[in-house]
Amino acid sequence: MLAGRHLIDPTDFSTQEINEMLSLSQKISENPSDYAKLCSGKILGSLFFEPSTRTRLSFEAAMLRLGGQVIGFSEAGSSSVSKGETVADTIRTVACYSDIIVMRHPKEGAPKVASMYSDVPVINAGDGGHQHPTQTLTDLLTIISVKGSLDSLKIGYCGDLKFGRTVHSLIKALSRYSDNEMHLISPKELKVPDYIKEEILDKNAIHYEEHEKLEECIDQLDILYMTRVQKERFFNEEDYIRLKDTYILNNEKMKKASPHLMILHPLPRVNEISYEIDSDPRAFYFKQAKMGMYARMGLISLLLGVC
Amino acid sequence: MMTINTIENGIVIDHIRAGYGVEIFNYLGLDKVDYTVALIMNVTSKKQRKKDIIKIENEINFDLSELGLIDPDVTINIIQNHKISKKLKLSLPKVVENVIKCKNPRCITSVERNLAHVFYLVDEKKGVYRCKYCDEKYALGNKS
Repeated sequence: MLAGRHLIDPTDFSTQEINEMLSLSQKISENPSDYAKLCSGKILGSLFFEPSTRTRLSFEAAMLRLGGQVIGFSEAGSSSVSKGETVADTIRTVACYSDIIVMRHPKEGAPKVASMYSDVPVINAGDGGHQHPTQTLTDLLTIISVKGSLDSLKIGYCGDLKFGRTVHSLIKALSRYSDNEMHLISPKELKVPDYIKEEILDKNAIHYEEHEKLEECIDQLDILYMTRVQKERFFNEEDYIRLKDTYILNNEKMKKASPHLMILHPLPRVNEISYEIDSDPRAFYFKQAKMGMYARMGLISLLLGVC
Repeated sequence: MMTINTIENGIVIDHIRAGYGVEIFNYLGLDKVDYTVALIMNVTSKKQRKKDIIKIENEINFDLSELGLIDPDVTINIIQNHKISKKLKLSLPKVVENVIKCKNPRCITSVERNLAHVFYLVDEKKGVYRCKYCDEKYALGNKS
């Protein structure tokens, strides 16, 4: 039962609950007009304390397409946070006006704090370099809609695996399905943190390999999850400049890949996927952006208990 | 060699890793009490080469549950009539509030007022805790 619950960490939901949500989202994606009035009379509080295009717009589009309405702000400067208001006070206020709240915040754990003070469901739309569970639901929905299953997949994660919260969340989520194999491709400086390896991969006995070159494993992969090296996660600009162009996916590298490979990217990209790849039938990142809206439609409906 | 008398009734916190005695002494607020206490540092030890010991006379109502966070290897002896009446083994608390401070500058605890620093025990064997909010790791014994 997901009605009234918060979504802060991708593991807040059991695999059964995630499957329920994915199943509803798939149905919505097939016949969106059947769900156009599901959230009529409901209001989404959309609190974005740092900039976002895809996540914010996909949440707001999801609520509007369900027949609901949206209030909120898209940067901290236009809220009382600029006057020094705490997350706890902001959320208690917004919960008075909304039926459900979505929140992005630069500080890690801020949505967790929000969930402690809110009597309506809170959805984490990204907290610093920490978690981004609805991107994970988006990724899972895209994978299942193409591959038909979330089991027995060989997944390569490429780029910034240290600060890349989407990668951490997806590794966590896919570790709960059976027989998946992970390939972690990154420069030494941006390797997956030890706690992900020790507490997720090792604990769940997931077979994984670490690589510094994409060419070492691209031929084995069912899914290649590319990520951007994010400037905002670095304290030191020199490190960012040195590492930002480590991996660029182009037609040359794709020659070795399977014809059934799925290329995913949480977007926005900078230059890590060449534009020449966009016309490759294995590029699924724009479909992924669309599936993000359907995933959020399914999620909002279940948390509001209207479905 | 320095001689410190035995105590009649009280607590002896023994096998404290050398250098950690002051931290435990301060944590228990022993600098503010009006009964007899002794902090003995750098005592020669067969097991540990050097250790610290704290002796507390006439006071056995301490909350010792969080001492393991400072040094998980200490032993606690309850003394009655000059003899050890009970030995306590420390177990790590599952949740600690405002004992460990989160050092992650990106954590919400670094800016949110009136928010307790909460850590959950995730690996009892290795003494690993994680911040409730940002998952920052804190490993016991890494004295900073």
